Amino acid sequence: MDTSFISQSLPLFAKATWLTLVLSFFGVVFSIVVGTFCAIINFYKIPVLRRIVYAYIEVARNTPLIVQLFFLYYALPRLGMVLDGKTCAVVGLTFLGGAYMAEAIRSGLQSVGRTQIETGMSLGFGKIKLMRYIIIPQALAVALPVISATTIFLMKETSVVSIVALHDLLYVAKDLLKEGHALQSNLMLVVCYLILILPVSLGFSYLERRSRFAGFGA
Amino acid sequence: MPESQMVLEIRNLVKSYGERLILNGISLDIHEAEVLVVIGPSGCGKSTLLRCLNGLEPINSGDIYLDGGLITGPDTDWCEIRQKIGMVFQSYELFPHLTVIDNILLGPTKVQKRKRADVIPEANNWLERVGLLDRADAYPRQLSGGQKQRVAIVRALTMQPKVMLFDEVTASLDPEMVREVLDVMLELATQGLTMVIVTHEMGFARAVADKVIFMDKGVIVESAGPEEFFDHPQSERAKRFLNIFEFTGIHRVAAG
Repeated sequence: MDTSFISQSLPLFAKATWLTLVLSFFGVVFSIVVGTFCAIINFYKIPVLRRIVYAYIEVARNTPLIVQLFFLYYALPRLGMVLDGKTCAVVGLTFLGGAYMAEAIRSGLQSVGRTQIETGMSLGFGKIKLMRYIIIPQALAVALPVISATTIFLMKETSVVSIVALHDLLYVAKDLLKEGHALQSNLMLVVCYLILILPVSLGFSYLERRSRFAGFGA
Repeated sequence: MPESQMVLEIRNLVKSYGERLILNGISLDIHEAEVLVVIGPSGCGKSTLLRCLNGLEPINSGDIYLDGGLITGPDTDWCEIRQKIGMVFQSYELFPHLTVIDNILLGPTKVQKRKRADVIPEANNWLERVGLLDRADAYPRQLSGGQKQRVAIVRALTMQPKVMLFDEVTASLDPEMVREVLDVMLELATQGLTMVIVTHEMGFARAVADKVIFMDKGVIVESAGPEEFFDHPQSERAKRFLNIFEFTGIHRVAAG
């Protein structure tokens, strides 16, 4: 195997790994924020808004990310809104991930018992503080396994962002493939994704063990 | 002797779920430092009464006054009122994601905005009195039912309420744990805490109560001092109810 290939292509792969990491980070964080808001709207059954949330979740979960990205990158400019590739990727990931996170967090919120909520109320907690200090922490612990799976799913979904002209890992590997380095570039690709995702996966396992130990939601 | 101050005043309270009448015109006074025990068959409305006092159930009509102020008006800020009316539930309901001490401090620090350092001595003092100071850093799942319920009582007390409501707080405990919780409540009564207690523990009711009310089908059937009520119940309904707890004179007849 040609080792010089690795040293030559390493900067390209490093840059692409960094890009994937940045896109994933913002995509996942914003997904959790969007998902939390949607889940709270569903939980309190807020009229009108919950219809919108329902429609959003169905659209987001039942269309491929690649189609959503196409829409953002090629169709939106026709409506007078031009987004650069990175913004498109983050918005797309958030659009898709928010729907999955909403469902995950909703199941967590529903697992918090009625008397837990009444206990909070009887201590004088208003709606917002009740959510923040009593319901959300327990809901997140219950939803953690699904949040973890969704995070990893979203990180892997970043592999389609080259269609909005981003030089991500898959793009770099494909480029090198054309130059006849099929085996090496594919191996590098696998290694880069593992370096990215494996720590996240292990981190979530650790968190899940911690929250079980504390008896969250038990 | 001057009349002691009224803490809770209930006038003609009516509550129904749809067509079903749960409370049918309850009127009741609870004075400062008084311990009122509410007993009655299940479904008589005693738990609903407590929940109405804390605004957990909307009422149909009637008035409730706390310290002379109406709390059943349209402008009632229940978050404010509930800080003055502590409540302990049958199922303890400690927050599972917080340690014992954080369970206790959550309300005082986040709702009442008191400083953590100011509340800790008070919380520790209560924990010591209920014998759980050494469990301050434990998580709820590491405690027994009786310990959890004692923490739940401390959690409500640390909010410094005017009156405490206890809703069948020993009903899901094993017998030996029932006692440790009841002993805590007896001590609180001795110290002059105003309490409304719903219970099925008749011996305890007699020991702790200043006044007993017996409810059936949404109305107060009898209201009397504990000795008077348990020794000489007036109504047939109360006599029949008290007989449930009585085994004297009953002997199992050996078969064959």
